[in-house]
Amino acid sequence: MAVTTKGVLRAIVLVVLGAYFILPLVAMAEFSTRGVGGARNFDSWTGIFADSDLTDSIIASVQLAVTSSLLMLVLLVPTMTWIRLRLPQLRRLVEFLCLLPVAIPAIVLVVGLAPLYAWVNYFLGYSSLTLTFVYTVLVLPFAYRAIDAGLSAIDLKTLAEAARSLGASWGTVLWRIVVPNIRTALLGASLLSVALVLGEFTIASLLNFDTLQPQVNLIGKRNAGLSIAVSLACLVFAFVLLFLLSYVGRRRRVTVADD
Amino acid sequence: MAWLVAVPFLAYVGVFLVYPTVLVLAGAFQDADGGFTLSNLTTLTGGVYLQAFWRSVELSALSALFGAVFGALLSWAVAVGNPEGLLRRTVVAGAGVLAQFGGVPLAFAFLATVGFQGFLTRFLRDTFGLDLFSGSAWIFELPGLTLVYTFFQIPLMVIVFLPALDGLRPQWREATESLGGSAWTYWRHVGGPILLSPFLGALLLLFANAFSAYATAAALVSQGSPIVPLQIRGFLTSEVLLGQENLGKALGLGMVVVVTIAMGLYALLQKRVSKWQ
Repeated sequence: MAVTTKGVLRAIVLVVLGAYFILPLVAMAEFSTRGVGGARNFDSWTGIFADSDLTDSIIASVQLAVTSSLLMLVLLVPTMTWIRLRLPQLRRLVEFLCLLPVAIPAIVLVVGLAPLYAWVNYFLGYSSLTLTFVYTVLVLPFAYRAIDAGLSAIDLKTLAEAARSLGASWGTVLWRIVVPNIRTALLGASLLSVALVLGEFTIASLLNFDTLQPQVNLIGKRNAGLSIAVSLACLVFAFVLLFLLSYVGRRRRVTVADD
Repeated sequence: MAWLVAVPFLAYVGVFLVYPTVLVLAGAFQDADGGFTLSNLTTLTGGVYLQAFWRSVELSALSALFGAVFGALLSWAVAVGNPEGLLRRTVVAGAGVLAQFGGVPLAFAFLATVGFQGFLTRFLRDTFGLDLFSGSAWIFELPGLTLVYTFFQIPLMVIVFLPALDGLRPQWREATESLGGSAWTYWRHVGGPILLSPFLGALLLLFANAFSAYATAAALVSQGSPIVPLQIRGFLTSEVLLGQENLGKALGLGMVVVVTIAMGLYALLQKRVSKWQ
């Protein structure tokens, strides 16, 4: 292969920016395995499982990721399907509401949420699980785009009419026609929601809930090695999640081509 | 009857998104007793609050500029490669992680690298006798924030700019070449003008993104409030002075206005972009 200016330029860009982004990861690995007097050990990493505050916060965040994804699907899928079939006049409003969180920074939203959560916690008790309500709102822009793309890719009207003419109820149409046909979009929306919830800090910390990120931040004040180990684990975990997601997207294109 | 299906969604979003938003926006115009006042907003036009706004704008603009330039270069390096290749998958997945979910982990990555005991700090000190902190504790101030913000701005640029580069049709390039144009002619008269709108749009999106960001700065800067999001934190976590109950909401209103302007211009540019695709 001939060496071209373009090839050289591309190599330079990739090496320089690659190093720029890999350096912090190497630094985190190095920092989190520091022992006394230049020795290496994995105390920070084994410490992740020994710290019960930390493991509790991980469990809380995982629960939140599941509940928020589920609530997001329950709210969005029937509404968006119905709007495409029967209520096209509401489409712009729903789209606007779903994309609104993009224009309202989380740090601003939390100012208005503080009084609202005083009521939520009064009625439902003080549990980090109540964050489900606001996290479902936060994931709306991502989830809306993913599900909207999924619904655009199928001939929803024909599918629904065919099912209805064969005597299916609307519930059957939704559960046995729509959901299976857009399952990759739903999986994509859910994985994005999971990653977003696991990484959320602003609202959890300012409403004083002990989820993963506020806990990592708190630990950082007394044990830098431990919080750096957890941070690296978070980044790697989110990376694996999104890397797998890129294959989910590809499989869908293959099945469409097969049809 | 058909409307009933949309009611749960609308009610839910009404309670958990619209209501808190209205509470902030309306609160910006209220005094402690709920009466109408403009004093919250006039307080913002001077002193520490105005300074914080300028610093936020400066931080967002600088990190957006760096992010846009280097992110565009990285997008180009990825776009000319194999679309199903491992390099592209790795870069896109990595960009997704850092752009959207970095937050607190990014602050710790930064500290592990150039913190007082960071990897790079130690390496430079032990090998070259260089002290990264000879000037000041810059990593906790604007230069440090700008640097750490590029770690989510460059990835965000890759996510929003890569589709624009993919939209460049190979036929345009071939047409330029068959008419005798060089690579420079192509970028100067074809590729460049087409990519200008998406580039400017991405710049605005990056600006809004940095302006709304909170987690990384909050984890990094625990003392003082150099930028607006951290000032809002101050109002939420500490005792509020008499007569300043709604100042945090006024700051929130200010942030929403800035972000809405940036996102509005972004939407306008997107409309121009979609004409090309």
